[in-house]
Amino acid sequence: MSDRIDRDISNDGIDRRGFLKCMAWVGTGVVWSLSSGGVLTSRAFGEPAPASEAQATASFVQISDSHVGFAKEPNKDVIATFNRAVEKINALPRQPDVLLHTGDLTHLAKAEEFDAVAQILKGAKAGQNFFVPGEHDVFTDEGKLYLERFGRGTRGLGWHSFDLRGVHFVGLVNVANLQPGGLGTLGPEQLNWLKEDLRGVASSTPLVVYAHVPLWMVYPKWGWGTADSEAALALMRRFAAVTVLNGHIHQVLQKTEGNITFHTARSTAFPQPEPGKAESPGPIKNVAADRLRSMLGLTRVDYVEKDHMLAVVDSTLE
Amino acid sequence: MKRLICFAAVLMVAVLAGCAERGAQSDAQPGAKPAGGNAAPVAVSIDNFTFKPDVVTIPAGGKITWTNRDDVPHTIKSNDGSFTSAALDTDQTYTRVFAAPGEYAYFCSIHPHMTARVIVK
Repeated sequence: MSDRIDRDISNDGIDRRGFLKCMAWVGTGVVWSLSSGGVLTSRAFGEPAPASEAQATASFVQISDSHVGFAKEPNKDVIATFNRAVEKINALPRQPDVLLHTGDLTHLAKAEEFDAVAQILKGAKAGQNFFVPGEHDVFTDEGKLYLERFGRGTRGLGWHSFDLRGVHFVGLVNVANLQPGGLGTLGPEQLNWLKEDLRGVASSTPLVVYAHVPLWMVYPKWGWGTADSEAALALMRRFAAVTVLNGHIHQVLQKTEGNITFHTARSTAFPQPEPGKAESPGPIKNVAADRLRSMLGLTRVDYVEKDHMLAVVDSTLE
Repeated sequence: MKRLICFAAVLMVAVLAGCAERGAQSDAQPGAKPAGGNAAPVAVSIDNFTFKPDVVTIPAGGKITWTNRDDVPHTIKSNDGSFTSAALDTDQTYTRVFAAPGEYAYFCSIHPHMTARVIVK
């Protein structure tokens, strides 16, 4: 299966050779790849891998929304599906340099839930693990337990940055101090930090930015967006290639805006409805047991320095 | 059907509690008009990520009991931060007495698009 979509690219003088190219939903997964020419292509997960995957200079995985503590329909064993995601990571042909968890590690921010997450991730073969919290991780104690266990060395409620193999990674927190009305917020303190953090980074450096709630307006009526994300995105527009990875909405959605690619990951615990396609954003409950794992998943991203390419591959837990 | 029985049971308890409280009050202060605080709590359900009803008017001293009917946790947090419930899992409840007249806007601190109000007269 393959779709081709022509894209206009603004002539903004940015030195970039590649763009997000491909998107498609093919049931079992999708590969996105970047190459020169501005043409979008896609292929089903499981078809032969493009050369870029073998040539990648950096490789990392994103998992999200493990919701340890959840035990209702459609998934009464979120530990098993979380472990399945770890198995999938461990079976990758190349060990990822970084494992990112984009929040809602737990369901109710209980100590035993955080402990279970740590225990499961001990079995994951990845270079380093990084986390950002979801609202479920911080709403009971303003993030105290989360920070003790998963946010050491970070700022605020867990924001941080690091460099790895030519990529600059930024973890943002948009679930602190949520206000009535619905959307995630970054807040002035974090935005100031981000401005300072990016100041010394060359525009040719690929950025990977991750946060729990989408940094684009997916569906404000359900709170699926971040009120002040534009202030953060404005700081990223000078960069040649920006990949924004989010969780929170338990499904794969993507969008490209100039040089910025937005991508949301599946949950390892339960699927949520498409925006506006249900009365509420609660779990999709009526899922046949043999279909559940096809609605859960993880995301892998490969960066090829030579071509300035970032390839995003979603796979399910089947 | 289960929900109907549940509702009937809650109604029964509420009626009985109301009777008992009124009885106790009239013993202590014969002929006194029952104050709002002695009335049964007003029920607000949380269903499909919505507070129902989303606006409730009660007399000063009145009580509200929220019950979470969803399969995901919710909270009740006032916009001004003056009160916050613990996380309510499925079928858990939170009750609060509103002593002072005024308007109390609140939301769910996990799903802040869920908003509602209590009006105390």
